[in-house]
Amino acid sequence: MTIKDIISIIDGKVFCCEDRVDNSVEYAFASDLMSDVLTVEKENMLLITGLANMQTIRTSEMSDINCIIFARDKKIGEDMISLAKENKMTLIGSPHTLFYISGELYKAGIKSVY
Amino acid sequence: MQFRHKIAGGDFANAGKVASSVKKILRQLNIDHTISKRVVIALYEGEVNVVAHAYSGIVEVEIDESRIRITLTEKGPGIEDIEKAMEEGYSTATPQVREMGFGAGMGLSNMKRNSDSMKITSTPGEGTVVELINNIRANAG
Repeated sequence: MTIKDIISIIDGKVFCCEDRVDNSVEYAFASDLMSDVLTVEKENMLLITGLANMQTIRTSEMSDINCIIFARDKKIGEDMISLAKENKMTLIGSPHTLFYISGELYKAGIKSVY
Repeated sequence: MQFRHKIAGGDFANAGKVASSVKKILRQLNIDHTISKRVVIALYEGEVNVVAHAYSGIVEVEIDESRIRITLTEKGPGIEDIEKAMEEGYSTATPQVREMGFGAGMGLSNMKRNSDSMKITSTPGEGTVVELINNIRANAG
């Protein structure tokens, strides 16, 4: 599924790297615990999280995650956007809950990592 | 190739900068993606540990044709019981560390999982040294 399709399902707003929304994603992982994200070995995975800080972006950089969805309209700082741009990551905000976003994306065919 | 970086305790905004620069170097050196990903994840968790628990730290990275060796030397309270610290779920992290998305007692086990060899030596009241080694597979062809 393309990032563009995902954005429409979750009423998403793109913060950066909009030029990459035609890329597709196969898996998703939802967590606020970054050490847990770092244990996942799948490629082509997006992160759904409620944690909005620099370590969310750093963790995604180390895990080769190219797309992050922030649930519940979390505030995305300029420092986060700038680091995400450097790493060519698409940052998306959604007004919905982590549970809703996960459920809708699962229903639409995005796979769980395990 | 050898280089070193300083890490300041409590500097959460910059935790991960060293791992980020090492990731770029390993990519330039054309190191196998699976190996480099393990190295940067182990190093990143190590950096977060220094920021979370120590007063200051130094990361030394040595890369040769057979292995990548990372040494994190930090001044801090040290670890009283290394075996206990290695247990998944055991943590002495502050609420601030938890707010950053860490502090669940997974750091050391993530570092161990992502390295071929990990050695920890610690002197309570002085600090801790963690050595991580990842072997570089010889490229078949």
